[in-house]
Amino acid sequence: MNTADQYLKAIYLVQKMENGPASTGALADRLEVSPASVNEMIGKLQERGLADHEKYKGVTLTDEGIEQAREALQTYCIIERFLHNVLEVEEFPSEAKALESVIDETVAERLDTIIDREPQCPDCFDAEADMCAELVGSEGEAD
Amino acid sequence: MSVHDRVSTDNQLARLLQIAVVLEEVVEVRAARHYETLSPAERDDDIEALLEAARDESADHRQRLESLIDQLDAEAVPLEEVEALVEATYAQTGPEDFDGVLYDQLHGEETAYKFYDDLIEAIEASDTDFGLDRDDLLATLKEIRAEEADGVEEVTAVMEARE
Repeated sequence: MNTADQYLKAIYLVQKMENGPASTGALADRLEVSPASVNEMIGKLQERGLADHEKYKGVTLTDEGIEQAREALQTYCIIERFLHNVLEVEEFPSEAKALESVIDETVAERLDTIIDREPQCPDCFDAEADMCAELVGSEGEAD
Repeated sequence: MSVHDRVSTDNQLARLLQIAVVLEEVVEVRAARHYETLSPAERDDDIEALLEAARDESADHRQRLESLIDQLDAEAVPLEEVEALVEATYAQTGPEDFDGVLYDQLHGEETAYKFYDDLIEAIEASDTDFGLDRDDLLATLKEIRAEEADGVEEVTAVMEARE
């Protein structure tokens, strides 16, 4: 998953939690980067028609941005569930975050063939807990 | 973990190598099942040789990856479990005809190639001192990547010969 997709996913989730535009500060916290980096990427996403930025309010995804963010979120869910269900990784949330930049959607799709993902994915993703809702509460343990 | 980090720890590297083992195992098991799904009229020496070579190559890649994982003191992938999962889902996701078999095989090889390509790039971009010899690691991964590229060409050749 490339950096832009990681940003789109973060904006999508922050928007969901705040029920409105995502602030630069919230995105910087979530992605553990500087607000300047966030602003730079938002500019790029805006140029590509994936997000709209309103000063003092925050960033909102366009329809195309939402579509791409949901695909990125689905890829992320596959990584989480694969780590938890197949490799039995206890610390799957932190490991999924560490691996997402190296695993693209083609590879995730292949891994998806052996995991039992819910049909409603990624709608059930728990934005507050920042993990697949089906896996909430199972950190520190594996299947 | 920030969005800028790539492969920066032994644990992360081991995890990615474990994922590679699973991708190889998926190709291996599906290649074995593919031949069984073909009707007698569709079976011939070329397709049998192709699927057998794919199976052998994936097994060889898997063993080489497992040796790297071992050097990182990480746990081995639960292969029997993965095999059971692939078998269990083959009924739902397996191809229905000969062209589907070839396409599925091609997709498996292409996916593996893409994964190794991304992994090599991420390792080369990292200045981490891993718990194994970096030159050996990269040499092994590049050899495997080259063999995946050959695999893609071989499947493509069989597909073109059928057209």
